[in-house]
Amino acid sequence: MSETMEAITTYLAPRRLDEALQAMADGDATVFCGGTDLAPQTESGARPYKSRLLNINRIEGLGGIAADGGEIRIGATTTVAEIRRSAALAEIAPVLVEAAEHFASEQIRNAASLGGNLCNASPAGDMSPPLLVLGASVELACWRDGAAHTRRVPLEQFFVGPGKSVKRPEELLTAVVFARPAPGFVGRFRKSGPRPALEISTVSVALGARVADGRLSEVRVAMGSVAPTPLRARHVEAALEGQPLDATTIAAAVAAAAEDAQPIDDVRASAWYRSHLVKVFVEEVLDDVRGN
Amino acid sequence: MMSVETEIRFTLNGRPVSLKVPATMKTLAMLRDRLGMTGTKYACGEGECGACTIEIDGKTVNSCLMYAVDCDGREVVTIEGLRTPEGLHPVQQAFVDHGAVQCGFCMPGMIMQARNLLANNPELTREQAQRGLEGNLCRCTGYTKVLDAVEAVAGKNTCGRATP
Ligand SMILES: Cc1cc2nc3c(=O)[nH]c(=O)nc-3n(C[C@H](O)[C@H](O)[C@H](O)COP(=O)(O)OP(=O)(O)OC[C@H]3O[C@@H](n4cnc5c(N)ncnc54)[C@H](O)[C@@H]3O)c2cc1C
Ligand code: FES
Ligand code: FES
Repeated sequence: MSETMEAITTYLAPRRLDEALQAMADGDATVFCGGTDLAPQTESGARPYKSRLLNINRIEGLGGIAADGGEIRIGATTTVAEIRRSAALAEIAPVLVEAAEHFASEQIRNAASLGGNLCNASPAGDMSPPLLVLGASVELACWRDGAAHTRRVPLEQFFVGPGKSVKRPEELLTAVVFARPAPGFVGRFRKSGPRPALEISTVSVALGARVADGRLSEVRVAMGSVAPTPLRARHVEAALEGQPLDATTIAAAVAAAAEDAQPIDDVRASAWYRSHLVKVFVEEVLDDVRGN
Repeated sequence: MMSVETEIRFTLNGRPVSLKVPATMKTLAMLRDRLGMTGTKYACGEGECGACTIEIDGKTVNSCLMYAVDCDGREVVTIEGLRTPEGLHPVQQAFVDHGAVQCGFCMPGMIMQARNLLANNPELTREQAQRGLEGNLCRCTGYTKVLDAVEAVAGKNTCGRATP
């Protein structure tokens, strides 16, 4: 275990959101939830701790899935295991459950939080593509002028680079929200790695669209690990919007994938392989929807 | 520079424990180095292998990633806690009977995970066991006998909820 400079002067595990926000107000707190990203990053010395360590697991009301109304709300500390097991989400947004199904191992899923997955802002974060196709937003809260303030940011605008988001150091991600998908909405998720489990996505693709009379509308396609951030695949979407889902359309969408994906070579895969894989996945999800 | 120490209280294998831990210490280090509970193993230290698997509030996690301070107020079960008055836990016995153990280093984690799967689903199928054990790596056995052992316990309903 490495000898990092640990200058932590305070540890806090508040029960109330206000207390947490106040403790973060000067931006000098390190937040942890499951710790599955933070622990390896800090142990390796890649990331220093700030002066306060803030455990958000005890904050009341920060976890749980509210799926009764027109707006679906998933609290930040909700674990990937809870998403995977949620009967409500399996019905409303199976694309998110599918991504949870292909996430790490059971031990990691039991600890890994939704908020942590998004705040870690990895281009390979598996909750991002399905939430992008669901049109989700995140709620960011902070303490200012003696009160809590919350802003909503569409997930599409949240990520700015590997490990970077628009969330400010004094802000806590409190929830993910999205409108209940309309009837006829279908979603699909594909992820690849050399192993089925415990694999950081080499490439991932999510599709969300309404299907009526063999045509797709309100099409959203998202990709992971093909650019510095998870992204919406605008060219693929344009190739599909309003089109009959036939072989010609699918071929056009597959061709368009090359315009959206700008993958890099890294230790996990070459750019060439990723470019190839992303096309395969676009084709697979479309064939799958067509088959149903 | 050392980080601040915090007093925590929790239940370890059914017994109350309280101690002071540095804010950044992980549960695995606390168990092994502070509490002398060396049944839980340190291998990768990065969440990849499952050797450090423990149960917290009925759910398995990798203790190498979990902040020890987060144990406060919770129920922790380690491999030491599976012992029954009669001796080995039925899952441990099945692993022995099926020759599922070679060097044994992965086994505390493997057995904690297998027992948890069986407790949550006494009718666990071989395929479900395979998926549920994805986070537990073994360099020796090739997994076949591990799955044989788990399959042998499934259906016998001997893994009711912890606690020892
Ligand atoms: C072996 C292994 C396998 C993995 N496999 C996958 C995988 O298949 N797919 C995948 O996507 N990821 C994977 N991960 C990464 C990780 O498990 C996930 O990103 C997880 O969701 C992170 O959640 P956490 O609660 O553990 O976050 P933490 O580690 O607690 O926090 C992550 C980051 O977010 C910040 N943070 C956490 N919550 C908030 C909040 N509410 N507001 C503001 N900031 C916050 C923390 O300060 C930290 O910077 C894997 C990790 C490991 C170790
Ligand atoms: S030592 Fe914790 S998962 Fe390997
Ligand atoms: S028995 Fe040796 S690692 Fe599993």
